Amino acid sequence: MATLQSPAHTAVVRASGLTKTYRRVQALRGVDLEVGPGQVVALLGPNGAGKSTLTKVLCGLVRADGGTASVAGAAAGSGPARAHTGYLAELFRFPGWLTATEVLATHQRLARSAAGAAAVAEREQLLAEVGLAQAADVRVETMSKGMQQRLGLAQAMIGRPAVLLLDEPTSALDPAGRHTVREVLARARARGTAVLLNTHLLGEVELLADAVVLIDAGRVVAAGTVAALTQGTGVVIETDQGQVEHRDVARSDVPALVARLVAEGRQVFAVRPHRSTLEDLYLRLVGDRESQR
Amino acid sequence: MSDVFVIARLALQEAVRRRVLAVVAVLTVVSGVLYVIGCVSLKNHIHGLLEIGGGVVKPIVPATLLGLASFGTLFLGSVLAVFLTAGAVRGDVDRGLVQPLVVRPVGRGAYLAGRALAAIVVSGGYVVVISLLATAVTRVVFDQLPSGAWSALPDLVGAVCIVTTLTLLMSCLLSTVATGISVLMAYGAGLIAGLLGEVGRAFGATTVTRIANTVSYLLPFEALYRDALSRLSPAGPLAQLVQLGPLGGARAGGVGLWVFAVGYLVACLLVAAWLFGRSDL
Repeated sequence: MATLQSPAHTAVVRASGLTKTYRRVQALRGVDLEVGPGQVVALLGPNGAGKSTLTKVLCGLVRADGGTASVAGAAAGSGPARAHTGYLAELFRFPGWLTATEVLATHQRLARSAAGAAAVAEREQLLAEVGLAQAADVRVETMSKGMQQRLGLAQAMIGRPAVLLLDEPTSALDPAGRHTVREVLARARARGTAVLLNTHLLGEVELLADAVVLIDAGRVVAAGTVAALTQGTGVVIETDQGQVEHRDVARSDVPALVARLVAEGRQVFAVRPHRSTLEDLYLRLVGDRESQR
Repeated sequence: MSDVFVIARLALQEAVRRRVLAVVAVLTVVSGVLYVIGCVSLKNHIHGLLEIGGGVVKPIVPATLLGLASFGTLFLGSVLAVFLTAGAVRGDVDRGLVQPLVVRPVGRGAYLAGRALAAIVVSGGYVVVISLLATAVTRVVFDQLPSGAWSALPDLVGAVCIVTTLTLLMSCLLSTVATGISVLMAYGAGLIAGLLGEVGRAFGATTVTRIANTVSYLLPFEALYRDALSRLSPAGPLAQLVQLGPLGGARAGGVGLWVFAVGYLVACLLVAAWLFGRSDL
C-alpha cells in the first residue's frame, strides 16, 4: 500500500492504520498519512472515497474504529490536538444573524486566541487575508456562498493553528476566490503550518500541493510528491510519421531506441520525456467511480 | 466554564436577534392585561358570592385563578423550551452549525451545557416573570392569596427545567421536528396521566392510579406541576372539592419529589452528554 511520509520526527499530522465503518459501509480501510510542518498535502479521490471521514477523524468529529491518529503530538480529537487545529468543514454554516466580525469574535473566545486590541487586530488581518475586509459588518445570511467560504477559512485560521484541515475550501469560490485561497495557503505554508487539503480540483493541487494522497474506497492507492506521481517512465518521440509514446523506456535506453528508428528510415525531429498529469494518474488508478455505482 | 457561557450567550443572542424574546414579551404583556381584565371582571361578577358562608368561598377564587395561570404558564414555558432546544444537537449538526464550534477546544459537554443554560434562562425566566405577575395581580385584585402561592414558583421553574433537559436529550437522538413532536406529546401524555390518576383515585381504580404514578416518575414535570397546585390549594372545608388545574388536581410531592426531579435532570444531562460525546458528526 502506498503511503505518504514526512520525516518521522517532524510530522505534525500522523495517521496510522485508520479504519472506520458506518454501519455497513467501510469508509476507511487502514489509511496511513503524515503531514509535516510547512507542507501542503492534498487528499484526492472520488466522492465517498473516505476523504472527509479521514479529515473528520483528524479533527475529532468522527471516532475511528481502529488505528491511531495524532495532531501536534496529541491524540486526534483530544483537547490539546483541537487547540492546534483549524478546520473548515465541507458542509458548514455560521449563524445567519451574526456578522463576519461576530463569527470570528465568537471563535476567538472559544479558541482563546487573543483578547482586547489584539483580538480586533487579528480579526481585521484575517478578514483582509481572505478578501472580506469590506464585509466585516455584513451578516452571514446576506453573504454569498463564496463569501461564507472565505469567512470559514478565516475562522479556521484563528490563532494561527499548527494544522489546517480544509475540506473542499474552494468549492463555492470563483477563480479569483480560488487564487486568494491559494495565496492564503501559501502564506500559511511559509509560516510552517501543516495543511491537509481535501479537494477535487486537480489544477489547484498541481499549483499548490507539495504532496498528494490519492484515496479510493477507503484505501490510499497512491501517495507522493506531485512531481514524482506525474513523472513519466518513457519518452515521446516525434518522427516524420507523427508522435509515438514509448512507455517503460529507461533513460539509458533512449539513444539505442533513436538509433533503431533512424536505422529503420525514420526522420527523428524531437525526443521528449513522457510526463503524465494528475488527471491521467487519477483516471488510471480510480477511473469514473460514480458512473460505476 | 467560560465555554459554556460563550455558547449560552450565542444561543441567547439568537433568541434576541430572531425576535423570539420580543414576541414573547409582547404576548406576555397581552396575556397579562387579559389576566387583569379577567380577574377584575370576575371579582365584580361574583362579588356577592364571595361573602357566602361567612367568606368560606373567598379563598377558592384566587386559588383557582392561580391554578389556571400555573397551567398556562407551564404550558407556554414548555413550548418555549421545546422550540429553543429541539434543534440543539441533531438539528444543528445536520445544518452544519455545530461542527465549527466543537472542533475548537470546546467540550461537547460544554456545548450542551451552554445550550441548556440559555434555554433554561429564557423559559425559566419566562415562568418566573409570568408567575410573579399573576400572583401579584391576584393579590391586588382579591386582596388575598393562598398561603403557598409564592412557594409554588420553584415547582413550576423546576418543571420547565425538566422539559428543557428532556428536549435536549431527545435532540441528541432525533431531528428537530421529531424532537419537538415527541416532547410535546410526552408533555400532553403527562397531563392526561395526571387526570387519569385523579379519576383512578376517585373511583378506587388502583391500576389506573399506579399507571398515573409511574408516568409521574417518568415525566416528573407533571408531578412538580401537581405539587405546585397542592401549594395553591386553599385550606378549609371546600378545598377538597376544588380542582385547581384544568386537567386534574393537586398532589403534594414533598422533598422526595424534589430529590428525584434533580436526579432526573442531572441524569438527562449526563445521558445527553454521553450520547453527544460518542456520536459521529
